[in-house]
Amino acid sequence: MNRLCLLAAAATLFAAPAFAQDDTITIGMTNSLTGPLNVDSLGLQRGEEYWRDEVNAAGGIKAGGKSYKVKFVTYDDQSVGGRVQQLYTRLVNQDHAQFLFSPYSSGLTAAAAVISEQYGKIMIDAGGAEKKPFLLGNKYLFMVITQADDYLAGAIKALAQKNPHARVAMVYSDDPFSKTVLAAAKGQAKDAGLDVVMDESYAPSTTDFGPIVNKIISSNADAFLGGGHYSDGATLARQMYDQRANMKWISILVAPGDDKFAELGGAALGVTVPSQWEPQVSYKPDFGPTTAEFAKGFEAKFHAKADYHAASGYASGAILQHAIEQAQSIEPEKVVAALNATDVTTFFGRVKFSTDPASHGLQVAHQMVLAQWQKSDDKLVRQVVWPQQAASAPLIYPISASQ
Amino acid sequence: MLGIIASLIDGVLVGLVYGLAAMGLTLIWGVMDVINLTHGTMIVGGMFALYLLATALGMPPYLTLPPVLIGGFVVGVALYWVAVHRMIGRPPLMSLLSTFAVNLMLIGIGTGLWGTALFNVSVSLPGLSIGRYTFPGAHILAAALAALIAGLLYLFLHKTRLGKALRAVANNREAAELVGIPTTKLLAIAVGCGVALAGVSGMLIGTLFPFTVLSGDGYQLKSFVVTVLGGFGNPVGALMGGVALGLLEGAVTPFVPVSWTLVIEFALFVLVLIAFPNGIFARRGAL
Repeated sequence: MNRLCLLAAAATLFAAPAFAQDDTITIGMTNSLTGPLNVDSLGLQRGEEYWRDEVNAAGGIKAGGKSYKVKFVTYDDQSVGGRVQQLYTRLVNQDHAQFLFSPYSSGLTAAAAVISEQYGKIMIDAGGAEKKPFLLGNKYLFMVITQADDYLAGAIKALAQKNPHARVAMVYSDDPFSKTVLAAAKGQAKDAGLDVVMDESYAPSTTDFGPIVNKIISSNADAFLGGGHYSDGATLARQMYDQRANMKWISILVAPGDDKFAELGGAALGVTVPSQWEPQVSYKPDFGPTTAEFAKGFEAKFHAKADYHAASGYASGAILQHAIEQAQSIEPEKVVAALNATDVTTFFGRVKFSTDPASHGLQVAHQMVLAQWQKSDDKLVRQVVWPQQAASAPLIYPISASQ
Repeated sequence: MLGIIASLIDGVLVGLVYGLAAMGLTLIWGVMDVINLTHGTMIVGGMFALYLLATALGMPPYLTLPPVLIGGFVVGVALYWVAVHRMIGRPPLMSLLSTFAVNLMLIGIGTGLWGTALFNVSVSLPGLSIGRYTFPGAHILAAALAALIAGLLYLFLHKTRLGKALRAVANNREAAELVGIPTTKLLAIAVGCGVALAGVSGMLIGTLFPFTVLSGDGYQLKSFVVTVLGGFGNPVGALMGGVALGLLEGAVTPFVPVSWTLVIEFALFVLVLIAFPNGIFARRGAL
């Protein structure tokens, strides 16, 4: 009798998780809970978590007559590329993740993509904009955000319209993402007839930009494009302001996209940032929540305003959900086919992936906007200023006009 | 030409602050042969003390200097008893590991509390302009305060009874004990002074640049370079090393791509180590 009871208990123990497994989709990812990428990664993570909670609250992802609840398995990659490959291998082999979300940043995503391809796992990339991993013939990697080459395209068009003879200084962090963005921007600037008078990268660990700002002043530039990630971009903005570099135009990557950038006060005023998404832009979604619903729900959950990292995190989940529901299956090959056929507009914008084998999975439809820090009711706010049809406020040029 | 002169002046201004930051590291090394790997985090501690006192309590930024100095001293004495005291007289690797462990804990706590979000303390002081180049008032004042504090440290070490006792302990600990100097107490005071200097330099840096919990790494690295340039265990040399590093950064940047600045800095670091293993102005054991 005792043996029977033991057998029954053991059967229950083994059967219950197996049953739960059937109706659960496990998505694995790493986040940078510690290290220099923490701020940007946190936004992405929150967006993904918000999507998961919303989907589960609505009963899960519906496919093939079943409703799949979403379960996340996450690890802290400490913002270190070396940790990413270990952890994604663990996510696949030990945690049996069926799908993967990318880590934050191009470098970490490139490292994780090696593992996702090796094990044939679909990875939705909302954290790395560099296109290099997409030119390697990968089949399971899909980018929902605009690629790095197009980051500053809008800024250059807007600048060329305001000043066709602008003298541009390009100073950027010596990391793969920033170098890719600025290399493309240099070509776009020349095509637009702008004069690139300085083109230099700095070590990501640079703490004092004083001599660099002097060099920018010496170059006679009147427009600045550059930066890299959070800390360096903010320091550059402050030192250009403190040293009165008198730029008529400043576009900085990433850092001004965070609300804490407003802490720089006068140094933030007039600074523009290419953004994957801003709450003022309203697309008519074919799938998922509207911009207002997303922004309101996110703020209620996290007591913080959604930025573009959060929006792209949510979008990565929504696009995977859309593909699974279109495929009516969670089998990888069927979901890959559905992702290849995806052409959908969410609150984040239109998403469509390249199906060309030479650039498979690269984002080809999503568009960036350009946001500018402006004064409104004596407060600093980010306004969408480009493209003009999506603008929430007119672009201020030169910067001195906004002081 | 004006641009080069401006970069050199900028280099001297920032170099004085680098020098002050390195003085804390070299003081502790000079007195007890301990490399304090919490140094960068203590600099960040000064930055956050500035932020909290100036933003939360509304204190004028420069009035936060005395509380940061006192707070840094107290934290330093606590650090001595927690991580250094038991390592005295043991191989240098032991104190290196113990301070490294404390550093990891402090960074973990800091990241847990504030993440790696950016903090900024805006200081508005009239600057000085030469042609198109401006030297912000905050930079000039930070450099002046760094030089003043370095001068006061020199006077403390050479003109006060406590300072002389510290130098005696640095020179020969056993002999100092034989003449009745309470060496343990003085070692704790030395760590207190070293951390207080790190905190004050952090407070001054916080008035110049935005910062995060992780900003200390860069300044700790610079402090090592400055210490090597200035001579291990020589606080006055550290100030000169800081100015030398600042001048180097200022002199190199106008002529080479900025990404080469670090390469040149660390090439010089290695060359100095080869030519002068104890640093250029080494006066071991004499402070």
